[in-house]
Amino acid sequence: MTLPFLILALLTLAGGIASMTLRRLVHCALALTVAFAGLAALYLNLGAEFAGLAQLLVYVGAIAILIVFVILLTRGGDTEGEPAFSPASLGGAIIALAVFAVLAWAVETSSIAHPISIPSAPPNTMQQIGLTLMQRYVLPLEVIALMLTAAMIGAAIIAVRERRNEAAAAVDAPGTEMRVG
Amino acid sequence: MNPLAGCLIVSALLFAIGLAGALTRRSAILVVAGIELMLNAANLNFIAFWRFGPNPEALTGFMFVIFAIAVAAAEAAVGLALIVAIYRHAHTSDVSEITEMKG
Amino acid sequence: MTWIVRNLWLIPALPIFAAGISALLKRNQQRLSATLAIGSMSASLVLALIAFAEALSQPARQVYNFHWLQFGNNWLSLGWLLDPLAAVMLVMVTFVGLLIFIYSTGYMAHDDNAGRFFCFLSLFAGAMLGVVIANSLLLLFMCWEVVGLTSYLLIGFWYHRPAAAAAAKKAFITTRIGDLGLLIGMVWLYGQSGTLLFYANGTGCLEQNALASMAAHTAGGFAVITAIGLLIFCGAVGKSGQVPLHVWLPDAMEGPTPVSALIHAATMVAAGVYLIARVYPLMSGHALAVVAWVGAVTALFAACIAVAQNDIKRILAYSTVSQLGYMMLGLGVGGVAVGMFHLITHAFFKALLFLGAGSVIHGCTEEQDIRNMGGLRRFMPVTFATYSAGMLALCGFPLFAGFWSKDEILHSAHGWSVSLGPFYLGAIGALLTAFYMTRQMYYVFFGPHRLPQATVSAAETASHAIPAHEIEPVVSAGRDGEACEVSHAHESPANMTVPLSILAIFAVFLGFVGTPAWPWFQSFLEGQHTSLDFARFSEAGLLPLMIWSSLIVFAGLGLGWFLYGRKPIENATDPDALERVAPPVFRALGNRLYVDEFYGATFIRLTRFASAFSAWLDHWIWGGAVRLVSWIVTGVGWFDFSLDRFVVNGGFDLGCRELSFGGRLFARLQNGRVQNYLRVIALALVVLGILLLWGRRG
Repeated sequence: MTLPFLILALLTLAGGIASMTLRRLVHCALALTVAFAGLAALYLNLGAEFAGLAQLLVYVGAIAILIVFVILLTRGGDTEGEPAFSPASLGGAIIALAVFAVLAWAVETSSIAHPISIPSAPPNTMQQIGLTLMQRYVLPLEVIALMLTAAMIGAAIIAVRERRNEAAAAVDAPGTEMRVG
Repeated sequence: MNPLAGCLIVSALLFAIGLAGALTRRSAILVVAGIELMLNAANLNFIAFWRFGPNPEALTGFMFVIFAIAVAAAEAAVGLALIVAIYRHAHTSDVSEITEMKG
Repeated sequence: MTWIVRNLWLIPALPIFAAGISALLKRNQQRLSATLAIGSMSASLVLALIAFAEALSQPARQVYNFHWLQFGNNWLSLGWLLDPLAAVMLVMVTFVGLLIFIYSTGYMAHDDNAGRFFCFLSLFAGAMLGVVIANSLLLLFMCWEVVGLTSYLLIGFWYHRPAAAAAAKKAFITTRIGDLGLLIGMVWLYGQSGTLLFYANGTGCLEQNALASMAAHTAGGFAVITAIGLLIFCGAVGKSGQVPLHVWLPDAMEGPTPVSALIHAATMVAAGVYLIARVYPLMSGHALAVVAWVGAVTALFAACIAVAQNDIKRILAYSTVSQLGYMMLGLGVGGVAVGMFHLITHAFFKALLFLGAGSVIHGCTEEQDIRNMGGLRRFMPVTFATYSAGMLALCGFPLFAGFWSKDEILHSAHGWSVSLGPFYLGAIGALLTAFYMTRQMYYVFFGPHRLPQATVSAAETASHAIPAHEIEPVVSAGRDGEACEVSHAHESPANMTVPLSILAIFAVFLGFVGTPAWPWFQSFLEGQHTSLDFARFSEAGLLPLMIWSSLIVFAGLGLGWFLYGRKPIENATDPDALERVAPPVFRALGNRLYVDEFYGATFIRLTRFASAFSAWLDHWIWGGAVRLVSWIVTGVGWFDFSLDRFVVNGGFDLGCRELSFGGRLFARLQNGRVQNYLRVIALALVVLGILLLWGRRG
């Protein structure tokens, strides 16, 4: 528990809390970005450089921006006057608290979380990572590739369909089924 | 507190925060955001175990995190596309107002 | 076995068959019904004559038995027989019956229901003939009952008259009481001898084996044979109107006059006498003594009452009761031949008297009170002549039929070893018989005509309600009458006078078949031949007895002339001569010696009480039990209903409601809110975590 770790952890947590509690959606998105960045730093602190940088690239660079785009597309800024929290959200908060309590309890009581000796930092090289990907985890790699393709096609279909039917949807009654072409 | 436990506590906390947001916020986007936070917390967990676990050379946790990031990205994309689609249909992205699939 | 014996059953079957067809005819087909009746009766007469010829040539008894009903290994057999006794009865019943049928066509000519009348008459004739030829006590009993039934139907022929309906009921019930004794005797006989056939090759109940065994056993001090004989005699007491069951016979005069003539003079009431004659081997000395005494008492009793009656038919009815007593007396003291001879002669002259009375009634436009008649010999000469013949025969005037038969009885009574009491009773009865018949003759046929002219138009049909006919003194408007064309008494048509004449001939001459000089009848019954022999007159005090009985008859006739004949009876309301002499006696006799009133106060009241009690029992106890059961069932049903409604349905409904409530409750989980689903999942995660950790810890 070194100091950098603490600071980074606090930063990440603050970003998380902020993103979940702020009223305006854009602020939430930005706080989320901070949280992602903090996490990336934590990965770097723990010696997982590839993971950290991948985190930055993917999450901060793509997902956070995507979230901002969607906020803009769905006019998230228009819902200022409305309540931020859904009804019966207190129950949800308590449940979340309960989940944390259980997880903390699990951590504290497990023997795995309290190892006797801590191994030293492993020398990780990109070569090792690449070899492992191509040798042992080649199948998940291919599957990931398929999945990403599918996701991309799917998202495009959903978005493009909507744009093509936007004029028709505006005229039609709201209840038209979405047709998957 | 050893580093592993500390990481684990942090990840649990982050997970809880993400869950709280997903369970309490009205906006569907923030629900997705909460889910992303939860995924990230899990990733942190894996990295911690990779780093402080018995066999770091196998890169098991590391691989998992890589794949998890990829999956999370895909999922976020699809989920947000869905939110856009629902917004076009119902003119709201308020989770508590989209209740047609009830029974 | 000759043809006639094999087919003897035709004799009763033909009239029954005619009755059956008559029952199906319509009301206006009277002539067809009468034709059927007369035709079948004629055929039966022819067959009866053939049977008589057969019995003449073959006096031995011929029997035809057949199996009827099987139960287990036993057979109940029925059969018929032909012997001299049966043969004479057959001829008498068919002949007298045929004459009366012909008479009825005239008498009932204006009655709408004549078709029914002839149907019942045929049925009666068939049943009576069945009684005559029966070889089994069971078959006899069955026909006996049918005879009683038809008597009921015919007495109550004009059923809408309350008096007629009551008389029919009285007849049926009174004879039923006698029949109960007959039934018990019959059953006992069957138990003792194992069969009810009279003659069956040695195994019959009147044959030697059975008689010997019954004489040997005793029951309560009596020999079984005596007891059975007395029980069978009970049936005869009822049917033949002996004291104390005589009360129905005078009331039976409510029926039409042909009915009175046929049933209650000639045939049905003779069935009791015939029964005793048929089962004579069963009657031991003690039983015969009882029969003789009952007969003698009846003879005197009824003769006394007849003296003070004012209805022409009632006098004849009591006379019939009295003569039946003589027949029983004859059977008791003298044997089958003595009693049967009087039965045969009595049938003829009593039928004659009744038909003559019917002619008188018809001619006087339904007047039946003798005080309202008078001088009819001028208006109805044929009727007067035949009626006189019958009256003299009944009194026992010398050389007429009744003289020979009654004299046989008195002769046997005089020679009875047990007692002379019946003889004296019979002699006094003969005196009274002559007396009351003379009284009746003077009232009806002599003196001035007292019929009030105002009673002429009794033109009511039988189907309307007619006031109850009473004995005395009210004048009744009898049955239907066409308004007579003449307003005074007149002679009857030919179809009524011809039978009268035929019967009169028999009444005069029939007695000669049984005189002591030529006792053909007695010998025939015993199956022997006899010859004309005047020397028999000098036997054992026979001639003095005949002289004494003739003197008794003359005395009676003289007494009657003295009281009623010397001074003609002027008015209908004049007191009777006897009433002037001894009013209380006359009143008591006129009221029939209060026998009916006595019965009414004792037995009838007892029966009424028993029936009221039974009704109460039926309503409250048995009916109550039934009602109780129905209440219980209703209660159980109501209980089941409430159980079903509240418990089963309620429970079921409650269950369904709970189920749907639970379903609705669970459906609320699916409220379409995604965040709720997430919360539930998270909650489940918490619970799962706790479970796993707790388990691991523990």
